[in-house]
Amino acid sequence: MSLVNIAGLHKHFGTNHVLKGIDLAVEEGDVIALIGRSGSGKSTLLRTINGLESIDKGELVVDGTAVHDGKGDLRALRQKVGMVFQQFNLFPHLTAGQNVMLAPTVVKKTAKREAEDIAKEVLLKVGLSDKFDSYPDQLSGGQQQRVAIARALAMRPKVLLCDEITSALDPELVNEVLAVVQQLAAEGMTLIMVTHEMRFARDVGNKLIFIHHGRIHESGDPKTILTNPETPELANFTRAVM
Amino acid sequence: MAYQFDFAPVFENADLLLQGAAATLGLTAAGAVPGIALGIAGAICRAWRIQPFAALFGVYVEAIRNTPFLVQLFFIFFGLPSLGVKLSGWEASILAMVINLGAYSTEIVRAGIEATPRGQLEAAASLALSRAQTFLYVVLRPALARVWPALVSQVIIVMLGSAVCSQIAAEELTFAANFIQSRNFRAFETFFVATAAYFVLALLVRQALMRFGQRVVVGRPR
Repeated sequence: MSLVNIAGLHKHFGTNHVLKGIDLAVEEGDVIALIGRSGSGKSTLLRTINGLESIDKGELVVDGTAVHDGKGDLRALRQKVGMVFQQFNLFPHLTAGQNVMLAPTVVKKTAKREAEDIAKEVLLKVGLSDKFDSYPDQLSGGQQQRVAIARALAMRPKVLLCDEITSALDPELVNEVLAVVQQLAAEGMTLIMVTHEMRFARDVGNKLIFIHHGRIHESGDPKTILTNPETPELANFTRAVM
Repeated sequence: MAYQFDFAPVFENADLLLQGAAATLGLTAAGAVPGIALGIAGAICRAWRIQPFAALFGVYVEAIRNTPFLVQLFFIFFGLPSLGVKLSGWEASILAMVINLGAYSTEIVRAGIEATPRGQLEAAASLALSRAQTFLYVVLRPALARVWPALVSQVIIVMLGSAVCSQIAAEELTFAANFIQSRNFRAFETFFVATAAYFVLALLVRQALMRFGQRVVVGRPR
C-alpha cells in the first residue's frame, strides 16, 4: 500500500469541473512536483490531500486514514499531512517558537517542555534556532517561510505539501527556502509540491506530474519528461516556463 | 450687574464630586467587563452563524442599537418591577450598561473576527486545530487587537452615557453635580467643573485602556 492513494478523485467549484478523475499513488520518500498552467487544478489537487478542499467523488487514503466521497476524519488526516503555503500564514501574534509549539501542545497535548524541545529541534533544522523569540514581522520572507516549514514539521507529518512556497519571495530569498526543502528530501521526507521552480523540480524531484484541464496529462521521471515530453501540451508548457 | 463667577461653593463640595467621579468609574468598570465579554460571545455566534444564538443576538443588537439608552434604563428600572424584578439604581444602571455595551461590542468584535485573513484559518486547519481551538488560539487575539481602539471608544461612550443614570438616583458624577448646584445655585460653575471632570476621566480611561490593549491584547509593548 502506498503512503498516499488517490483514486477517481473529482472536484467541482459550482459548474466548473476542476478535477476530472485523478488517480495517484505516492510512495514513502517520494518527492513529487505538480506542474501545470494557472487554473489547471494543481493547487486544488494539493489542497484536497489535507482536506482544505472537499472531494466530491473518489477516494483519498493517507497512511490508512481515508476520505471517501468527501466524508472522513479530516483532523486525523491533517495530523498526518503537513502543509506550507505561498503566503507563509504564520500567526502574527505569536513568536516563531510559539507558532511552532501551538499545534503540538493544543492538538497533540504535548507537554510544554517537550513541545519546546521539538520547536528548538525543527527551528534548528531550518537554520533559525536564533529566531525562537522573534515575531513574524521581524523576519524576512525567507525566514518566515522557513518557520512555516518548521511549524509543519513539528507535527511529525508523514507527508508535507508545499503550495508554491517560493512564489511570494524576493528572488534572493528563494534559495534559502529551497535548500531546506532539498535537505528534507535528502532525509527521506515525502514531499508533494506545486512549484514553478522547474530546475528544482528536475534536480530534487523523483516524479513530475503535469496537470492539464483537471487531469494528469503526463507524468514520469522529471529529467526524462522535461527533456523529451511526450505530449505537445507539456512541450508547450516547458517551453513557456523554462 | 455682570455675573460674578464663584467656584468656591463648588469646591466646598469636592468630596461629593470625587465620590461621584469614583462611582462613574466603578459603573464603567462594572459595565465594561461583562459588556465586552457579552460582545465577544455575540460576535462568535454571529460570525460563525451558530444558530439559534446568531439570530437571537441579531435581534438583540438591532433592538439596542435603535433605541435610546435612557429608555433602556427606564425600562429596566421602572418597567421590570411590573414583572417582579426590582433592581436598585446601581443594579439597573450596571445592567443597562452591560446590555448596551454588549450590543455595540458584538458588532465591533464581529468586524474584527470577520477581518481574519483566510490564510490564517487554512494554516490552523492544516495543523489539525479544531474550530474552537482555531478561534481561541488563532482568531481571537488578533481580532481584538484589530478593533481595540473602537472598543475603547465605545467604552468611553458608555461611560459618558452613564450620566443619565443620575435619573434613576444612581449617585454618580452627574447626580453629585446636580445635587450641589441645587443647594448653592451655582449652576454654571458646578456643571463647568463636572464637565471638566468627565473630560479628564475620559482622557485617563482611554489612555489606560489603550496601554492595557497594547500590553495584554496585542501582547507586545511598543
